[in-house]
Amino acid sequence: MSLLIAGGVVVDPAQELEEPRDLLLEDGRVAALELPGVIPREGRRVIDATGLFVCPGLIDMHVHLREPGEEYKETVATGTRAAARGGFTAVACMPNTRPVNDQAAVTRFILEQAARHGSARVWPVGALTQGSRGEALCEYGELKAAGCVALSDDGRPVMNSLVMRRALEYARTFDLPVISHAEDLELRADGVMHEGEVAHRLGLKGIPGAAEEVMVYRDIRLAWLAGARLHLAHLSTAGSVAIVREAKMAGLAVTCETAPHYFTLTDEAVAGQGPDALVRPVFDTHAKVNPPLRSRFDREAVIAGLADGTIDVIASDHAPHSVLEKEVEFAEAAFGLIGLETSVGLSLRLVHEGVLPLSRLIALMSTNPARILGLPGGTLKVGAPGDVTVIDLFRPWTVDVNLFASKSRNCPFHGWVLKGKAVLTLRGGEVVWQEE
Amino acid sequence: MRLKRKDLLGLADLTPEEITLILDTAASLKEISTRPIKKVPTLRGKTVVTLFYEPSTRTRMSFEIATKRLSADTVNLTVAASSAVKGETLADTAANLEAMNPDLLVIRHQASGAPHFLARRLACGVINAGDGTHEHPTQALLDLLTVREAKGTLSGLKVAIVGDILHSRVARSNVHGFLKMGSEVWLAGPATMLPPGLAALGARLTTSLREALTGADVVMMLRLQLERMGQHFFSTLREYSRTYGLNPDTLAWAKEDAIVMHPGPLNRGVEIDPAVADGPRSVILEQVANGVAVRMAVLLLLSGGE
Repeated sequence: MSLLIAGGVVVDPAQELEEPRDLLLEDGRVAALELPGVIPREGRRVIDATGLFVCPGLIDMHVHLREPGEEYKETVATGTRAAARGGFTAVACMPNTRPVNDQAAVTRFILEQAARHGSARVWPVGALTQGSRGEALCEYGELKAAGCVALSDDGRPVMNSLVMRRALEYARTFDLPVISHAEDLELRADGVMHEGEVAHRLGLKGIPGAAEEVMVYRDIRLAWLAGARLHLAHLSTAGSVAIVREAKMAGLAVTCETAPHYFTLTDEAVAGQGPDALVRPVFDTHAKVNPPLRSRFDREAVIAGLADGTIDVIASDHAPHSVLEKEVEFAEAAFGLIGLETSVGLSLRLVHEGVLPLSRLIALMSTNPARILGLPGGTLKVGAPGDVTVIDLFRPWTVDVNLFASKSRNCPFHGWVLKGKAVLTLRGGEVVWQEE
Repeated sequence: MRLKRKDLLGLADLTPEEITLILDTAASLKEISTRPIKKVPTLRGKTVVTLFYEPSTRTRMSFEIATKRLSADTVNLTVAASSAVKGETLADTAANLEAMNPDLLVIRHQASGAPHFLARRLACGVINAGDGTHEHPTQALLDLLTVREAKGTLSGLKVAIVGDILHSRVARSNVHGFLKMGSEVWLAGPATMLPPGLAALGARLTTSLREALTGADVVMMLRLQLERMGQHFFSTLREYSRTYGLNPDTLAWAKEDAIVMHPGPLNRGVEIDPAVADGPRSVILEQVANGVAVRMAVLLLLSGGE
């Protein structure tokens, strides 16, 4: 099988390339990358990418596929279909399933499901502690041998600093990065949204930015002590961005991500998205997420962190929930929103607004996650996997949750008009999604 | 004469004109409660459901009496546990209520926003009788009526609200109400229970009781929930009372003709000294009486009765 993607502009930050190139995929890999017209078309399937941007397959390094255990919200099959539809050729799935992915058998099950039904590559993240209870360490060597590419107690952060120190040290032993969900659970208490003016008006319990920042600082210090590779998940506050910026200037091996909702929405989205939402609040549970949507000031700082390179990765934190968890009182509703099918469109706003060049965005969504997790891919060099995302930078489209491939519909962007999306996704040289 | 709205969810979105209409209507209805036969046929044939997910004595009784005095049929449902515990979701409860076709639903719920959740799903009017720590609009309206009666106006006053502002739906609704009507609102309490976000509405915040009370026309004391002590919001009742309690000495900082209010129930000797609560400047029982009139007005105006 030989496939030629011709006429497009190839954007590959790993090669510092952003120029017209034809891309040849053979046997699931990149076989050639040449100036337009150099690769003969005869005997090959040709896809015309004129006017489009041909990028290394996008990688969403923070998603929840919910399988095993909560298949009514999402499965490996539906989640990876959503990934492909959203332009992602690979996802890293968090271990907070039921049972928790804290042992090789669960990891193997997830990978078997992915091999059977997966539209995108699946890279499991193993648990840091058994049952993510923050007490006993998991068998990191076994998890790595089974296929885990990182460790995390996402959603149930390790509160005991000694356990976290040992986990970081033990992870270093097996050369696995640790992904920290930085949140002080005591300080969060029973908060349900960002602590600020909107929470005070709505009478909802607040989660202060400090609940994230104190743990960002703790984990950076502990990773330094342990000599471990630390990646901070879903940063949402100005303080977190500032702490990471300082740590990087000091030369520490820390990386971090944010999610599209943190640079797109603010805590006002909880009241609603209309002009008079603060006066007639709707208490939108689709805007309930952890960490919570923050203030305008925080959002601006996150955007600045993306622009100046402090933030390494955009990941969606795709967190499917059914109406059972969302069609309830705000305080009762589950935290989380889905992002695989809106992440590219929302992130491209940064390009259109001049915050980032497209090549930087591809680095944030492909090159960097591949490097941090040590994955194949993230580039279109000859010999790399044939994972490709083709982006139409200017195509307008309307977010419609009813068309989503995900099983869930908990998305606060329904009805938004966005400019630009992935129109073709190839995994291992095979088309897994193509826009009509 | 009716409100051009389906629901009464809070004071945040009421206009000063709507507030005045409700207060004027309540003032005219007060007389009914002094008649030997305290009943008018205005809402005959209308069905009002009261749904209380939180314990309440005075608000529930006040709504019930208001409904009966207007001759509406009432059904009172008190749900002990939260919806999550008892198994039926609030959405299902709403669907079931809808099927019985009531005209108005009065709801109290421990979750902020629960009445808004129901109002979006129900064709009938929804009256918020207190949602979590968000709003308690009929309480604020009865407070406004009480102040208007005592002071003859709602503009140009200094209103001091003292206590656990953070958890108080009464405070939030009153902040909206008094600011809209042209008065100044001071919020006083320990920093642990003083949400700075309310300053954005135009309220003044202070940790000093004296600053809040100095020159005040209206002093509104909030009930201190005793369980807040275990949640680290304050140290001891003794210190709270000495720092934020209203007694004859601290009341002396306010204007000579200042009135004293409290939404009840009282923690006598904690936030309010009995000498003040039962003193000549207390309007606490007038608040209760006005509660019936205000709720009659709201029921009437939302159901389009004449």
